[in-house]
Amino acid sequence: MSQVRIDQLIPEGKLLASGHLACPGCAAPLAMKLALNALGPNTVAVIPASCFTIISGPWPQSSLQVPVFHTAFATGPAVASGVRAALDMQGKHDTNVIVWVGDGGTFDIGLQSLSGAAERNENIMYFCYDNEAYMNTGIQRSSATPWGAWTTTTPAQFPEASPKKDMLAIMAAHGIPYAATATPAYPADFIEKVMKMKQARGTRFMHLLSPCPPGWKCGDDEGLELARLAVQSRVFPMLEVEYGQRWRLTMDHAGDPVEPYLRRQGRFRHLNAEQVTHIQSEIDARWAQLQRRLDAETLAAV
Amino acid sequence: MKKVMVGNHAVAWGVRLARVEVISAYPITPQTQVVEKLSEMCADGTLPARFIKVESEHSAMAAVIGASATGVRTFTASSSHGLLYMHEMLHWAGGARLPIVMVDVNRAVGAPWNIWTDQNDSLSQRDTGWVQLYCEHNQEVVDTTVMAFKLAEALDVPVMLMLDGFYLSHTAEPVDIPDQEMVDRFLPKREAPYRLDTEHPHAFGGLVKPDAYMEMRWLQQEALNHVPETLAAIEKDWQRMFGRSYGAIEAYRAQDAELLLVTSGTVTSTARAVVDARRAQGEKIGVLKVKMFRPFPSALLRDALRGVPRVAVLDRNVSPGHGGIFAEELRSALYDLPDAERPELFGFVLGLGGRDITPAVIDDVIAQTRAGQVPSREDLWVGVNP
Ligand SMILES: Cc1ncc(C[n+]2csc(CCOP(=O)(O)OP(=O)(O)O)c2C)c(N)n1
Ligand code: SF4
Repeated sequence: MSQVRIDQLIPEGKLLASGHLACPGCAAPLAMKLALNALGPNTVAVIPASCFTIISGPWPQSSLQVPVFHTAFATGPAVASGVRAALDMQGKHDTNVIVWVGDGGTFDIGLQSLSGAAERNENIMYFCYDNEAYMNTGIQRSSATPWGAWTTTTPAQFPEASPKKDMLAIMAAHGIPYAATATPAYPADFIEKVMKMKQARGTRFMHLLSPCPPGWKCGDDEGLELARLAVQSRVFPMLEVEYGQRWRLTMDHAGDPVEPYLRRQGRFRHLNAEQVTHIQSEIDARWAQLQRRLDAETLAAV
Repeated sequence: MKKVMVGNHAVAWGVRLARVEVISAYPITPQTQVVEKLSEMCADGTLPARFIKVESEHSAMAAVIGASATGVRTFTASSSHGLLYMHEMLHWAGGARLPIVMVDVNRAVGAPWNIWTDQNDSLSQRDTGWVQLYCEHNQEVVDTTVMAFKLAEALDVPVMLMLDGFYLSHTAEPVDIPDQEMVDRFLPKREAPYRLDTEHPHAFGGLVKPDAYMEMRWLQQEALNHVPETLAAIEKDWQRMFGRSYGAIEAYRAQDAELLLVTSGTVTSTARAVVDARRAQGEKIGVLKVKMFRPFPSALLRDALRGVPRVAVLDRNVSPGHGGIFAEELRSALYDLPDAERPELFGFVLGLGGRDITPAVIDDVIAQTRAGQVPSREDLWVGVNP
């Protein structure tokens, strides 16, 4: 790959002000900053209950320079549907409507309204910043919490016992025009995907891996590095799916062993060698399954 | 223009006349015809609005909240479990001061399942910051639907109007449909002072600390305090333009009455007939219809009931462990009256889950009120076979 300066790939903008209320090292505001820079000021954001409710600032302040509607936990996609309909009635068809939600608001309580909006193919962009637990209420498990992880409701003696929901596949199964995974740890890839979302119409979904130092029990300066390890060890594959059909990997994944990724996070500290092996075998199995999907695409394209 | 229509279609006509721009709703018996009629009107273009066909009532209320925050006129309708499922978002609409109008077709709540009328669904939402208006007939439904938007937008409060399931929702009556041009003059396009607007970005509903939350609640309370006088002014305009009006409360043959029946919803019509028959026999009896439940029109009720010897409250609802809800609120409204002017108040719980309230039932209520020496502390259940 030729050398490109990253700052040339990232559109300029100051739509997220400094002075937001995220913890040091939180990836979520970085993701928001990049996304808003790519989308521009003609954007309305809908934010359900989550860390981002706090990050975006208490009344009468707001760290976002776009209009924001804060709403109840389960309602992001439904509120956005209403905003979209109203803007369309006002002739503002080119205003972006985004929903910015945590994993709890996406994988759990908001899944019904998300599925409803996707099925109606509402012309909205949905960003799930996934920190793999309910962080705002103090690190409880969600259905995005990976197998084996510690949270305050899955203590180390009884760590998370279910595998993480495959949210991308769930959304792809709705046949929406665009669904993707990304992480602010790879900003160029992320921006490119946001630009694609901006060009498309209908429901667009992005699953963002968003490290959370207090929840993952890592250093403030380790989050983005861990996100890159997650991608390289195939814990979090970087994907795009169009219309539920065309699956595509957007970055190479080395297939590095998962152990270093796990060992650097306090939430996995209790895992024994056998459990780490189990996680590795799950990753390999899911990768094989993904490979079949990608191969099917290649075959179909021939 | 006169048309014969069921109450649910009267709702749809009111919504159409109000030129609502975004509708979202989810079907539930007995409200379904509202959804059907509005879908039809949106599809054939007679109502140029967006109808968002959501997957649940929780989302229906959320969708109209989003739309309303963007500055347009919005509407939804539900009933019973649908309304209860919206509960969280009813608070959100009230707190966000969004002038959404909703119709609730009153229906009992389970368990056990029951699709027929009573008021427990809407009354259990009384603390959500919504104005509540109970309608008696289909003409009142059309007129109130339009007036509700004017009221909501004047004070930035959401308004809910109620019609009794099946008795109104599915009963056809002649309705005079107001002229669209006149309605347009009465209810101009909504001008939202604050809205989601990328030209003027603001955040709505963010975290408010203890130093300001209470002031926001106080402002909400202030707005609701102004509802009775605002509605009266709106009704006056309506009367001038369309020749009809209703009022937060309405007295019928109440002058010199020794016994007043306090009613809400369709039972009022039955009570009117009973009163006509009794008056013909020289009995001094009348009806006081309470249309507005939130805010509770306490001052108006105190004036209307001051010095009336006996009052019988007909409650088609119950707060389990307590009693009829209108009676309960009325007792507290009358508490301020001096002893000599305070009526003896008899509460009756009746007609739950669609049990008919016939003239004979009302005769029974009258007889018990007359016979009772001291008002019972507990409301009396009428027609129950234990
Ligand atoms: C109906 C409802 N239930 C529970 C809550 C409490 N609550 C607020 S934020 C939150 C967790 C949010 O988790 P997630 O969506 O993963 O976002 P994060 O906080 O991790 O950013 C919960 C449980 C709520 N606000 N509403
Ligand atoms: S708890 Fe985690 S997700 Fe929430 S603001 Fe802090 S770092 Fe970010």
